[in-house]
Amino acid sequence: MKTRNHYVLTGARVVDPARGIDEIMDIGVANGIIVDVSETKNPGKIDFSGKVIAPGFIDIHVHLRQPGNTGAETIATGTMAAAAGGFTAIVAMPNTTPCCDTAGTIELIKRESERNAKVRVYTCGCLSKDSAGVEMAGIGSLKNAGVVALSDDGRCIQNHELMRHVVAYAKSFNLPVMDHCEEESLKSDGVMHEGKWSVLLGMRGIPSAAEELIIQRNIIFSRMFDWKIHMQHISTRESVEMIRRARARGVRVTAEATPHHIALTDENIKKFDTNYKMNPPLRSEADRQAVIEGLRDGTITIIATDHAPHTVTAKEVEFDYAPFGIIGLETALPVCLTELYHSGILSMSELVSKFTVGPADLLGLKTGTLEPGSSADITIIDPDEEFTYDVNTSFSKSRNTPFHGTKFKGRAEATIVNGNFVYSRRTE
Amino acid sequence: MSISWDKKDLLEIYDLDAAEIELILDTAEEFKKVCERNVKKVPVLRGRTVVNFFVEPSTRTRMSFELAEQRLSADIINISGSVSSLAKGETLLDTVKNIEALQADIIVMRHSAPGAHMFIAKHIKCGVINAGDGAHGHPTQALLDVFTIREKFGSLKGLNVSIIGDILHSRVARSNMWALLKLGANVTLAGPATLCPKEFEEVGVRVCHNLKDALIGADAVNLLRIQHERQAAGFFPSTNEYSQFFGLNRDSARFLKPGALVMHPGPINRDVELSAAIADGPQSVILEQVSNGMAVRMAVLFLTAGAL
Repeated sequence: MKTRNHYVLTGARVVDPARGIDEIMDIGVANGIIVDVSETKNPGKIDFSGKVIAPGFIDIHVHLRQPGNTGAETIATGTMAAAAGGFTAIVAMPNTTPCCDTAGTIELIKRESERNAKVRVYTCGCLSKDSAGVEMAGIGSLKNAGVVALSDDGRCIQNHELMRHVVAYAKSFNLPVMDHCEEESLKSDGVMHEGKWSVLLGMRGIPSAAEELIIQRNIIFSRMFDWKIHMQHISTRESVEMIRRARARGVRVTAEATPHHIALTDENIKKFDTNYKMNPPLRSEADRQAVIEGLRDGTITIIATDHAPHTVTAKEVEFDYAPFGIIGLETALPVCLTELYHSGILSMSELVSKFTVGPADLLGLKTGTLEPGSSADITIIDPDEEFTYDVNTSFSKSRNTPFHGTKFKGRAEATIVNGNFVYSRRTE
Repeated sequence: MSISWDKKDLLEIYDLDAAEIELILDTAEEFKKVCERNVKKVPVLRGRTVVNFFVEPSTRTRMSFELAEQRLSADIINISGSVSSLAKGETLLDTVKNIEALQADIIVMRHSAPGAHMFIAKHIKCGVINAGDGAHGHPTQALLDVFTIREKFGSLKGLNVSIIGDILHSRVARSNMWALLKLGANVTLAGPATLCPKEFEEVGVRVCHNLKDALIGADAVNLLRIQHERQAAGFFPSTNEYSQFFGLNRDSARFLKPGALVMHPGPINRDVELSAAIADGPQSVILEQVSNGMAVRMAVLFLTAGAL
């Protein structure tokens, strides 16, 4: 969509939870910066009546697969999918090949992003070398290279002594620690949630306790060092409860929920479709309800996709052998609008906050608001459009989604990064 | 026959209703008569090709299927996982599509991954018969077990059947449970707490963790093989302790009704889950199960081939 350097978005409901704004108003953009409308000169006017204008959405949990597995996704395709999903920024998880345990890989991703990314790409460094959980990664060098956080996502440091050193050290470099919470001896070779359905289907289970033990460890270390530990993709009722209690006591832990843990349960696995295989696994209905309650009462401040592309070849195998993970950038907003907003669980402002204020607070970013002076990173939402998701329209290189054919209400209408429309459903 | 059969696949007992199970059992009765003749061969699958694809090794089930196929006059090919292209990195789907391209009519498959049969059946036109998929299902074993019980009692309705052993890892237990429930039997699952999950209660079976409760009042008891590797994985302390608390032997058998059937899907760990005296005793129908297995597999092959 072609725009002038100065333009005004008119007619839309502006939802900016950071400033407590939820009203119909105009938003001015001048040279990539949000400005007061009076400061625009000879602006183009773009009417978004009936739509919602929100600060640019940030997805803090995305696997771009570059370098190393560009058959499944690239920085170009993954960030185009992000733009189409309404995200103006993403945090690239470090489990690439090679992984992001040195500044060199971070620099490679940054250079490639400058050339080909459609949205802002923030980098995340490993906690441990090769994410092997044995020795600390070069956290200081990673900080200098520009990472905004640290994680061994996909793995979890099992050695508690190493973990506590990592937390203390990361704090001294002002880097939040994000953890894929999983006790590996309990996860073992499990492929789905341990419960009624794993028992009936004869599948090896991953008990809830595998997540909960590490959540508890991280709460202890967060309190011990008074530092930010973020629990990635939490999935169980007890995890939500432990985090709720810790936050009430002022412990600096945060948590994210994924759209699939909001919308789906382990019962979906009874047809052995590998698009329902992810880690942490889809849990029981009681767990799903607890995650939703955690979002409602503010225990969970962030929604993140865990966008995990895998090729058709990799996923079209026996359930046991399929890799964990699904794509999610383009379905996150439709799932959350349908399951959380239209169902009356979250207000629009609360929902927007999970994609803006929550991530920005964790990472210490100045984005996440439409305040004049901010970079013009804007997500425009059509909250009411009903449609059936067709994965073949996806910009991702991969097709591994359980939501193909699902009916949704609401989706991204347009995405603006730095004042430029990087995605728009308008044809003019 | 009042009910017709329209399924080209036999994937899991759960997919069948009681009338379909009874139809298989009735058909198996006819084939059992064939097996008891001097000339044990009928031409119903002449010109049909059956591929026995055993990705996971098996002796008795494969032999039973192979003999059933021969007695139905089918052409047969046997492939095992270790000699198939799977060993060269070919995907399961490519392997079965190649089998299909050779105009095979039916694939009888055993695989270690639960749901492997449902996965391939979606992608190919040949019939798929599940000869065991991980801990998920073993439908022909369940059918031969209920056939054996029905033959003795006339009907399953209201009978008390106990399945005892490593329920957690057992495809036999799961398929039997569904078959028994659908035919109106009362099902008890028994075993050590680590190997017999309470979650089964949610589908209407009784779960208990001591042998005596499982034996008293039972009309049939099905003992499962206990695998030594479960001991190494920490599920129970020793086979000696297992046999002491969960083995059926002269001492524990006194809780059994005189007419109760003693069953085992084989192979038996003698004197672990089942003592030699009981395995070879008058209540044992273990070898009849083996004979009945062939008749049941002939019935399944005949019915599914008819739906192709």
